[in-house]
Amino acid sequence: MNRDDRKPRKPPGISRRSFIKGAGVVAAAAGLVRVRPAAADEKTLPAGVVEKLGPEATTIELNINGKPATLEIEPRVTLLSALREHLGLTGTKLVCDRGACGACTVHLDGKPVTSCMVLAIDARGRQITTIEGLGTPSNMHPVQAAFVETDALQCGFCTPGMVMSVAAALERNPAATTDEIKHATAGNICRCGTYPDVFAAAFRAVKPGPAGSARSVRAAKDA
Amino acid sequence: MNRFEVITPADLASASRLLAQDGHVAFAGGVDVLDLSKQNVESPTALVNLKGLKELGGIEVRPSGELRLGAMAKLSEVAEHPAIRARFTAIAEAAGEVATPQIRNLGTVGGNILQRPRCWYFRNPDVNCLKKGGDTCYAISGLNRYHAILGGGPAFIVHPSNLAPALIAMRASATIVGPAGERTVELEKFFTLPTVDPKRENSLKSGEIVTEVIVPASPSSVRSHYLEAREKQSFDWPLVSVAIALDRAPGANTVRDARVVMGAVAPVPWRSPEAEAALKGGPLDESRARAAAEAALKDARPMSDNAYKVVIAKVIVRRAIMSVAGLEAA
Repeated sequence: MNRDDRKPRKPPGISRRSFIKGAGVVAAAAGLVRVRPAAADEKTLPAGVVEKLGPEATTIELNINGKPATLEIEPRVTLLSALREHLGLTGTKLVCDRGACGACTVHLDGKPVTSCMVLAIDARGRQITTIEGLGTPSNMHPVQAAFVETDALQCGFCTPGMVMSVAAALERNPAATTDEIKHATAGNICRCGTYPDVFAAAFRAVKPGPAGSARSVRAAKDA
Repeated sequence: MNRFEVITPADLASASRLLAQDGHVAFAGGVDVLDLSKQNVESPTALVNLKGLKELGGIEVRPSGELRLGAMAKLSEVAEHPAIRARFTAIAEAAGEVATPQIRNLGTVGGNILQRPRCWYFRNPDVNCLKKGGDTCYAISGLNRYHAILGGGPAFIVHPSNLAPALIAMRASATIVGPAGERTVELEKFFTLPTVDPKRENSLKSGEIVTEVIVPASPSSVRSHYLEAREKQSFDWPLVSVAIALDRAPGANTVRDARVVMGAVAPVPWRSPEAEAALKGGPLDESRARAAAEAALKDARPMSDNAYKVVIAKVIVRRAIMSVAGLEAA
């Protein structure tokens, strides 16, 4: 069976996801009207002020997944909004928008943060890694592969955040213990209740380590 | 969230000057500022960006044994700092219990002690409660299961900081810089009851900035511990928390000095001289720990829905004392 046979009803060139993404880009483009050139700011800075942004949109550069991205945003725009609505990186999910659910977790300089509680302008000069930058469908990060292999999701909405939290924990300690994994994902809520499968996926991605690591505990249980 | 400017001052004096202007709020980790702004409880016209001010950064254990926490130090850095864990244990434990790993990577020491209360009436933009200039604390006749059991009135919020009880138990002071220069204030006296001003939780004045928290050197005989009870295991606001610091002579079981400070029970971090006195009365054992816990809640005045917090507080205080004293429950 070839690709076309698999999805016979999909209209060519447009999907629900690409339509929504397209609508977001249109909305972002509408915001460009209020852009004020950054050069104007420098001339009018009051004494004792090194930078004054907004409230109008301003031009900033971010480093996302190893690549520079230039965008026009108001200073109030969160990193999450910048990623999803301005750059089309919709893998990072918006759920609570208050830093309470973990769905929007990205890495800032390697550390997990809730991107809804970070202003995009504050992420300038820092290495931003999103779920898209962690791995691709053809070249998955070991944690992403482990989630697939263990079927560690139901609706999947919390999954990018879960993966980012687990990946950060394993970056800190490749032989992370069960407690470390639980602690690292404490800020990620899954309303489908897939926690046991998430932990199972994490165990799968943990490198075999000394006694006490999640992998060796798991191995001991399975034995 | 309304539109605002983000202004980065060149130095501390400029930051102070900017913060004295109406509608300007301090922007450190940004977690509570963004939360309040998204909720339309606050509508700042400008955020004064404190990142990059060198006076606010860093964590340092000085040769004297004194601990300096820059106001911009991240909670995750405090929680993981080996020297803080070893010598100022309650502070590291309290920082490690704040919110989630993601928030601890953003939130700062200064932001944690200055955050606004979590009361659902205060955080509701449609409710003009006493803390927002209205004339009523709606917790009195409304839903109050997370509200004050000690020191309440005329507002019945509880102070939300995990870190503050631990810092007060370890005798910390805050360095504050403002238009009138620099001042140092014991954290215990920095927080103010609603009887002073129901709209505020501390004595920070317009244009003032907390730059650092200083914790005096702690004798090696001092043991400290932070413990909290909460509804959800993974992360949650505490129902009740307590920080204990105990000083016992080496090899002896009598308490030379004790500090007992509870969180989430009162509009300020609540130090209990009654519990401290009970601990100092004789050999430390389970019955003394129990007596101290009873003493800590002696003056509790629960509201309609939160008498359970009195019970939990007694258990948490007793357990924390037992743990820091190395005692097993009978």
